[in-house]
Amino acid sequence: MRCVSNARPERFAPRLSTMRRVYLDHAATTPVDPEVADLMAQVLRDVPGNPSSIYAEGRRARALVDRARDEVAQAIGAEPAEIVFTSGGTEADNLALRGVLKAREGEADGVVTTAIEHHAVLDTAHDLEAHGQARVSVIGVDRDGRVSPGAVRAALDERTAVVSVMHGNNEIGTLQPIAEIGAICRERNVAFHSDAVQTVGALEIDVRAIPVDLLSVNAHKFYGPKGVGALYVRRGTRIATVQTGGGQERGRRTGTENVAGVVGLGAALRIATAKRAAESARLARLRDTLIAGIRSRIPDATLTGHPTERLPNNASFCFSGTQGEALVVSLDLEGISASSGSACTSGNTDPSHVLLALGLERDLAQGSLRLTLGRSTTDDDIAALLAALTGIVARLRAAAGVAA
Amino acid sequence: MTDDVRLGPASLAPAEPHSKDHYSDRALDHLTRPRNAGTLSGPSGTGSDANPSCGDRTTITLRVADGRVAELRFRTFGCTAAIASASVLTELAAGLSVDDAARLEPADILNALGGLPVRKEACALMAIGALRGALVDARVRATA
Repeated sequence: MRCVSNARPERFAPRLSTMRRVYLDHAATTPVDPEVADLMAQVLRDVPGNPSSIYAEGRRARALVDRARDEVAQAIGAEPAEIVFTSGGTEADNLALRGVLKAREGEADGVVTTAIEHHAVLDTAHDLEAHGQARVSVIGVDRDGRVSPGAVRAALDERTAVVSVMHGNNEIGTLQPIAEIGAICRERNVAFHSDAVQTVGALEIDVRAIPVDLLSVNAHKFYGPKGVGALYVRRGTRIATVQTGGGQERGRRTGTENVAGVVGLGAALRIATAKRAAESARLARLRDTLIAGIRSRIPDATLTGHPTERLPNNASFCFSGTQGEALVVSLDLEGISASSGSACTSGNTDPSHVLLALGLERDLAQGSLRLTLGRSTTDDDIAALLAALTGIVARLRAAAGVAA
Repeated sequence: MTDDVRLGPASLAPAEPHSKDHYSDRALDHLTRPRNAGTLSGPSGTGSDANPSCGDRTTITLRVADGRVAELRFRTFGCTAAIASASVLTELAAGLSVDDAARLEPADILNALGGLPVRKEACALMAIGALRGALVDARVRATA
């Protein structure tokens, strides 16, 4: 009786509760939209059934999964039957590459991909190669991180099974000409996969207009839950299952559906699509203010990624004489969350494979900082970042003995 | 009184404040207020060390007077742990006899900083490497 209600606020009190946080790492993850969270909580509480059961509870769960599938399909111009729910972007990428190669076993084994893909694609391709299941060609990029469609064409041969080129890069924000690359693949009858984890929800993607056969989607990049994603699989694309079991998702991704998760995915994508045009324009303006502000305060800052063909929320830089980890830790102390290189390797001080692929010197690539904006971002956040960053870069450069 | 089970082990209570993956307040203090950053002009000795796996490097310059380390400066291009290690080492070594300074070890840096994240302990070794290099350089120059 005593204390229980009093204890609660204290137990929930975060350690840094007094400090206003400025969150500039939306490419790592986004907070769940409150409407999405409410819907998911309601599903967890009130929908106990297994969608495969034919009685009332199961039918109710099935109806929710079906509605979510419709929402995802509608957002990208697909048919509902072309959407396969997965545990996230990594699984979607794995299913795309492994599933296509497995389906084409004995007839085609070539994988063509790029040097700046997410590890979920690159490491999967290399793993397949290491086990004798694929021949992998990795295409380089230019200084801005763009892949040349001509280079993709040149890398194709008669035994190429799949081409995988991401839509928007998670570190530097560069967008790839996936429509052109897809057209080349279609002409050569090669499956084309694009990891669109950073762009779905932020940019218009219509699979009726873009010749893409497989497209990876990840809920937590557009204010949905972590641990849920989807793979779009164009009708007619040959793909085998990677895991075996009860046969859910038309046998393409078996396992009892994550009902609350896919409901969250569908709702989050529906909301993001409704907000997309206005929100992406707002973020692009803030991004440009941020880029201009950094360039005026730190004139030798190196913008990484393409100057215009980039994600509306991405501003990424390298600062010579600094190391990214020290930038991130210093910003954190001033209440600002940002990242260096890719979030998955921030515990590691090796320069990111993406920055090295741009041809940056190793020392310069070490000083990378990625700032990614989102719904919570305001002009005040940009001002706070600019005020903090200028001093931090100067201090780290002084410690390194480099003139600012 | 038992805890409300709904707020049991899976509650949102914060994890332990300094896990082995996070920096101590003392290490962070050296990041934001580095001690003795810079380069001595006309030093008795200069030493450098680098971590080839990540490209971090530290240079220490020092002045020896009457067999003691009278003054030190460091320069570090590197992560929080590399900067904090070099910074705190300039404090630890100042005033020591040359022999005692040469006996400083990475563990002394870790103790002074209240620990470093496990994967960052090599950074303390780099600072020690730079200091020992500077002490050897000072000895060689003194006998030259």
